[in-house]
Amino acid sequence: MTKKIEAIIREDALDDVKHALHEIGIVGMNVLEIRGHGRQGGVDMSWRGTTYKLDLLPKIQLNIVLSDHNVEKTVEAITKAARTGKEGDGIIFIYPVEDVVRIRTGERGHEAITYPDDIDTRKKK
Amino acid sequence: MRKGFLRKLIIPSIAMVLMFVVNGIAQAQSNGPTTSDLATATNIMWTFITGFLVFFMQAGFALVETGFTRSKNVAHTMMMNMMVFCIGALGYWLVGFAFQFGGVNTTFPAIGKIAANSFAPGSLGDLTGHLNHWLIKFGDQGGILGGDGFLLTNGVRNVSGILAFFLFQMVFMDTAATIPTGAMAERLKFTGFVLMGFWVSMVIYPLVGGWVWGGGWLANLGRTAGFGNGAVDFAGSGVVHMIGGAVAFAGTLVIGPRIGRFNPDGSANAMPGHNIPMGVLGTIILFFGWFGFNPGSSLQFVGSGQNLASNAAVNTLLAGGAGGFAAMMYMWWFGPTKKPDPGLSVNGILAGLVAITSPCAFVNATGAVFIGLIAGVIVCLASFLLERIHVDDPVGAVPVHFFNGIWGLISVGIFSDAGASSAGWNGVDGPVTGILFGGWTQIIAQLCEVAAIAVVVGGLSYLFFLLLKGLGLLRSEPAHELTGLDMPEMGALGYSTVDMHMHGSAIPRQSPRIPR
Repeated sequence: MTKKIEAIIREDALDDVKHALHEIGIVGMNVLEIRGHGRQGGVDMSWRGTTYKLDLLPKIQLNIVLSDHNVEKTVEAITKAARTGKEGDGIIFIYPVEDVVRIRTGERGHEAITYPDDIDTRKKK
Repeated sequence: MRKGFLRKLIIPSIAMVLMFVVNGIAQAQSNGPTTSDLATATNIMWTFITGFLVFFMQAGFALVETGFTRSKNVAHTMMMNMMVFCIGALGYWLVGFAFQFGGVNTTFPAIGKIAANSFAPGSLGDLTGHLNHWLIKFGDQGGILGGDGFLLTNGVRNVSGILAFFLFQMVFMDTAATIPTGAMAERLKFTGFVLMGFWVSMVIYPLVGGWVWGGGWLANLGRTAGFGNGAVDFAGSGVVHMIGGAVAFAGTLVIGPRIGRFNPDGSANAMPGHNIPMGVLGTIILFFGWFGFNPGSSLQFVGSGQNLASNAAVNTLLAGGAGGFAAMMYMWWFGPTKKPDPGLSVNGILAGLVAITSPCAFVNATGAVFIGLIAGVIVCLASFLLERIHVDDPVGAVPVHFFNGIWGLISVGIFSDAGASSAGWNGVDGPVTGILFGGWTQIIAQLCEVAAIAVVVGGLSYLFFLLLKGLGLLRSEPAHELTGLDMPEMGALGYSTVDMHMHGSAIPRQSPRIPR
């Protein structure tokens, strides 16, 4: 079975998280620039002396689809790389994925998300 | 080959230059220019070059105003700042120049011990027979509306001094005309803007500007009423900035705040500008242009003008710096977020520059620094005041130009240190002297100019904008204001047409397909 990890992190944590994922052999990912807030609730700003709240903050969303057995290791890597200990570090959602199709070859499921030198092929070596 | 080519080019060139030089020396020895000719030529060149610097301030205004407004209105705001020059050039050429300076070369008769005097810029050469007619005047010293120089006809083509003077005064007028576009930005209908451009360039600026610079009744207050040297306004804190600010103030009052700026409970919402780098770059360009605006207003660089211009340049530098520093520190210490606010720091620099514009040639360096520091605080306080009374001025044009225009005029009556090169200003024998240096009457003349501008420019412009509002030409449709004025008013987005492709409105007839 496959899962999708949706990790919402700070903009400035992206490089560290990406590096950490490459280290453990996560090769494929999508990155989205998004806006939103959780418990942090936004920041106070000021324009020519008038204050206002910027409540929808820019964040980065990483989408990763991977096999069940790699989820824990991946979540651990993201958490470690993205944590500062302050509000606004982000959140990770994990969903089940029905199926995966690789357009080029027509491969399905686990086969469709296997790359040379990724987390699983590395393990076999 | 290459060497030979160069030699072929250089040797004849050197020979030709030498011929010109020898020829020039020969001519100079026979019937060349006199010292007086050279002085006039230098003064005219000084006036032109500083005028060109003032023209460049249009770029500064465009950047500050556009940076301080929202991205959905950039094409509209930029267009206003560009087209105000085109409109102003025509309006000022048609009638503005003649209304303002048509009587500047009239000789006013002697009064008591004060000699006969003309207000014409004699430094720019012999202007005899030009600009010597008043359309309206009350008595010999009470000029109201000039009446010569319409369309620059009447032989002006052969008088370089007047052409330089026209260009210099036109770019000054345009500085005043572009101020209200900032205060009414993001909701001013383009038709209303065009009419406002003609209103400023043809009517209100020439009328009141002529009272001070065209030899009108305010300039004569020293001779007629004994108020110091009459209304003294070296480069136009009053004439340019307070007039522009008063039109802007009247405009914002009539047009009303942007939708959503103030809440029903009275609190205000910030509407942050979309590009602080634009605002900062624009401010630096304006600062640069101000080195033409203030020193150039001597209209001469030979004789006493040299000292006036040099003082003006250094005082401009100091007051602009002090204004920005004061506003930054004020916001850092007392502002709501206790941070060195970029928006008000920009306004602070401009406030210091506006305030020093009038006194720049008459005060010493210490005076300039104090004038700038106070200006920086005034601009912050005025911004908070406007917000409290629900006047919406997106870029701070009123705090910068109106309030600090007033402060600049008053500061002449306080800090002027009776410098020798200001003796004889406005036809009064003594130098310009403020309260701190024992001159008690100068400030009265300054307050007269403040009152005249506030009442006449503010009042008439208020009526003018009410008329536009009545005709439905002043304010954009609410729906247009909410989506942004760029598409509905200008028919073009300021930023990127890519969005249009995405929304399907501008898809090419045959969609491009990526080759496989």
